[in-house]
Amino acid sequence: MEGWDPTTKSTLTQIPLLTVKAGPRDGASWTQRLKEEYKALIAYTSMNKSKDNDWFRISAANPEGTRWTGKCWYVHNLLKYEFDLQFDIPVTYPATAPELELPQLDGKTHKMYRGGKICLTVHFKPLWAKNSPRFGIAHALCLGLAPWLAAEIPVLVDSGMIKHKDDAVSTSET
Amino acid sequence: MELELKGMLTDLQKLKSSLSDPSQQASIDQIRSRVENLTSLAMTGPTRRTKLKDMSAEVVDSNPYSRLMALQRMGIVDNYERIRDFSVAIVGIGGVGSVAAEMLTRCGIGRLLLYDYDTVELANMNRLFFRPDQVGMTKTDAAVQTLSEINPDVVLESFTLNITTVQGFETFIGSLKNKYFRKNKEGTGVDLVLSCVDNYEARMVVNQACNELNQTWMESGVSEDAVSGHIQLLIPGETACFACAPPLVVASGVDERTLKREGVCAASLPTTMGVVAGLLVQNTLKFLLKFGQVSPYLGYNALKDFFPTMSMKPNPQCSNGPCLERQKEYMLVKPERDAALKAKMEEELSTIEIPIHDDNEWNISVVDDCEVNVVNAQSSDVLPEGLTRELPDADVYQQPTVSKESVDTVDDLEDLKRQLEALHA
Ligand SMILES: [Zn+2]
Repeated sequence: MEGWDPTTKSTLTQIPLLTVKAGPRDGASWTQRLKEEYKALIAYTSMNKSKDNDWFRISAANPEGTRWTGKCWYVHNLLKYEFDLQFDIPVTYPATAPELELPQLDGKTHKMYRGGKICLTVHFKPLWAKNSPRFGIAHALCLGLAPWLAAEIPVLVDSGMIKHKDDAVSTSET
Repeated sequence: MELELKGMLTDLQKLKSSLSDPSQQASIDQIRSRVENLTSLAMTGPTRRTKLKDMSAEVVDSNPYSRLMALQRMGIVDNYERIRDFSVAIVGIGGVGSVAAEMLTRCGIGRLLLYDYDTVELANMNRLFFRPDQVGMTKTDAAVQTLSEINPDVVLESFTLNITTVQGFETFIGSLKNKYFRKNKEGTGVDLVLSCVDNYEARMVVNQACNELNQTWMESGVSEDAVSGHIQLLIPGETACFACAPPLVVASGVDERTLKREGVCAASLPTTMGVVAGLLVQNTLKFLLKFGQVSPYLGYNALKDFFPTMSMKPNPQCSNGPCLERQKEYMLVKPERDAALKAKMEEELSTIEIPIHDDNEWNISVVDDCEVNVVNAQSSDVLPEGLTRELPDADVYQQPTVSKESVDTVDDLEDLKRQLEALHA
């Protein structure tokens, strides 16, 4: 776990690990895997809420559970910035991680591949490879998206690449 | 344009007849002759060559294949014209794939299948092939536009899709299986798949498809710091597959910790990409037309101009199911293969006369200088100098023996979905 901040590390260890090695083309085993994905996401979301650090919504966009859509947000200088989040479960999952996309930020940062796919740190893929198939969607969000938002959103806001929506909820009441 | 020029001539004629001053007539005539010149230039336009039925070896300026057919005359290639029978699938039409496609098109390949989901952007202009006027087009459409102009004899098929999605993968597999181009061909409908993608995930998908279809393929890659690259031949069951071991990459010699990654994903150079595309297509031509030695793995370190080579045996514990099946099939035909190889070697020995000199003045040794390092795919093996693993091995994982009825109270997918939705509320 070299190269990760202590918060990410401790959060990660609390997300339940998955056991079923199955991808979207594996029929009944994929359904088993999907159940595990939901369990891990439920545990992770509950944990975030209990820590007052709720930061994403995600749910399957098709009955097969191969496409997922939702939202994620990040608070910077007491303002909340929210973005659409989407990804497909690749046919080689869970050997390879899903490629997380923030389509609204496509073309606004170099830390992104075409189509709004976020550019993960050099630490992500090795850790995913090492832990395959025990890591799932919840782990990808925790290790991939959370650190990306923390690193990139402040830069994008400060450089004026993204503007705060006037009607966004201010978190200054806390 | 022709219409405009014609209109201009009529206008000039009117102007000329309305002018009373004869001194101006000469300059009007001059303009008129210039317009006529322009008209004849416009009429010729860019020349498009027509399709050719056969590859001629005739050495004339108008024959696009004369220099290629010369390979046959020189004895490098037995039958160059066979190239028109071959189908090659290129996955990823970026800095390497597009150049590879152009090279194969100029070589007169029979058929190319092109796969990409991206569009051409100005940010791609530091690489070869695409032009600024193609910005906004899909890479596959832009490639077909350029390639069909270069060589109309090549059958081009383009697929604008993402092969990593379930749907894209099905189309990908289906297109590789389609045998309309050469109905009696064994195996799939293509002779070779070239992976020219820029990420690990997509390579794993090409690997999956080729293992399932028992399809030979070649992988290519350029490092994110743009100063190294590699090509690799993968024959399911016979060589290591892409999942047999963590990917092998060329060590650029740049310390990963000193590499500044702030604000950038990846760098790219037209030179490195051009070199890798050249190595890839060279290996492809050797493989298809059966000349020279086909490299199992060839690395390129641009900083040191170092080209490490090696070959890799499959991993009997590979995590990819179809890879294990192909390995089993390969072992089953081992006795046949060994016998065939032995017969071939004996035949060669009887035909080749090795001159024996008593005094070896030049100290020439007759050894096979093409020996390559052979390593097993398990990463415990020592790698040849200059190569390194890109990712770690997966930790030991055991598939749960019996999927015991879960002790969890909830094991219904719909219930779990509702639980997550409730948390989202
Ligand atoms: Zn394998």
